[in-house]
Amino acid sequence: MDADKFHWLLRAGDNALVLSQRLSEWCGKGPVLEEDMALTNIALDLIGQATLWLSRAGQVEGKGRNEDALAFLRDGQDFRNLLLVEQPNGDYADTLMRQLYFDLWHALWLESLLQSGDTGIAQIAEKSLKEVAYHLRRSSDLVIRLGDGSDDSHARMQRAADALWMFAGEAFIDDELDQRIASRGIAPLPGSLRERWLTRLENIFSEATLTLPSADAWMQRGGKQGRHTEHLGYLLAEMQFLQRAYPGAQW
Amino acid sequence: MAISDGMLWDCLSQVSDPEIPAISIVDLGIVRAATATDDGGCEIVITPTYSGCPAMHVIEENIRQVLEATGMENIQVRTQLSPPWTTDWISESGRDKLRAFGIAPPAHRALATASAIDISALTAADETEIACPQCGSLNTRLISQFGSTACKALYRCGDCLEPFDYFKPH
Repeated sequence: MDADKFHWLLRAGDNALVLSQRLSEWCGKGPVLEEDMALTNIALDLIGQATLWLSRAGQVEGKGRNEDALAFLRDGQDFRNLLLVEQPNGDYADTLMRQLYFDLWHALWLESLLQSGDTGIAQIAEKSLKEVAYHLRRSSDLVIRLGDGSDDSHARMQRAADALWMFAGEAFIDDELDQRIASRGIAPLPGSLRERWLTRLENIFSEATLTLPSADAWMQRGGKQGRHTEHLGYLLAEMQFLQRAYPGAQW
Repeated sequence: MAISDGMLWDCLSQVSDPEIPAISIVDLGIVRAATATDDGGCEIVITPTYSGCPAMHVIEENIRQVLEATGMENIQVRTQLSPPWTTDWISESGRDKLRAFGIAPPAHRALATASAIDISALTAADETEIACPQCGSLNTRLISQFGSTACKALYRCGDCLEPFDYFKPH
C-alpha cells in the first residue's frame, strides 16, 4: 500500500466530510430560508467531494474499505482534517468566518492540484474547484456585507475573525508527509499557498472594514496528524451513530 | 436484433432528470457516450453535474430501466469525472425546455476554471442580466446564490414579482 498517498487522501476527504457535517447542523435552523438552503447546498457539495476523495483513499489502501467504512467506522484519532473545520458553528458570524478562511484556502489548494502528477487527484480537484468557486463567492460576499454592515454585525464578524484565527494557519504548515508528497509531484507544499491566501484575505477584510489578525500569531496544529480538539469527538458521535448502533445498515 | 448507437441515444432522451423532469439527461449533457457493444449490450457513460448530486443513482437506475424495456442485456453504466460537466453542454432545445419550465437557463458560458478564484471576475459575471422566464423582463434581482438545488440560484422579477430559479453557469 502507498501509505503516504492514503494518508494524504484522508486529509483531503476528512476536511470536506467534517465541514459538511458541521454545516448540516444548520439544516432547518438557518437565520433566513435562503441561507439555510445555501448552507445545506454547500454541505451537499462537500459530501460529494468527500465521497470522491475517500473512495480513492479506500482504493489506494486496498483493504476493501470504501468511503462509507472510512467515514463511519474510524475513530477520532484516525481523522486527518484541519482543526478549523471541526470548530463548532457558534453564531452566524463564526460559521461565515470559518467558511471564508476555509473556502479561500480550499480554492487555492484545489487550483494547485490541477497540476498534480496523479491524474485521479487532478480530476477530483477540477470537479471540486468549480463548486468551491461558488462557495468562496458567497462567503466573501457575506463577510464583506456583514463586516461593512451595522455596528453589531461588524463587531460580531471581527470577534469571529479573531477567535478563529488560531485555527486558520494549520492548512499552511508543512509536515514530513507533505514534503514527501510534494517531492513526488502529487501536491505542492501547503506553505506555498500562504502568501496568496493572505493577500486575498487582506483585500476582502479591507473591503469588509475588518482588521486582519496578525499573520505572525501562533497557530494551533495537530489535526493533520490526528490530534484534535475535543469538538471532533462529539461531531463523530452524532455522525457515526447509525452505523455504530446498527452495523452494516443500508438504505 | 442489433441496436444502433442512434437508437441508444433515442432511448436515453426518454430519461428525464429527476429534479428537473422537463429536461432529458441528453439535453442536460449528462450522457457523454452511448455505444453498442459486441455482446449485444451497450456501454453508457454519464458524468455528474455536481459531485454531491443525489440524482446520479436514480439516473443510473432509470437508464437501466429504459434500456431493459427494449429487451437489451449487458447494460453497463459508467460514471466519468473528467472532463467535468459544464452548463455549456446543455443543448439549445434543453435551454428552451428549461425556460418553458420556469427556470432561466445560464446567461453566459461557464467561466474557465483558471479564473475560478478570481473573485472580481466572478462578481463581474454575476452582473449579467438574467431574463425572467415568466415575463421576459430584465428587471430581475439575485436573492441567493443557492436555490432549490446546488445547480440553481434564486432570483426575483421586479416586474411580474415572481421568484424564479436560475440555472447557474458552471
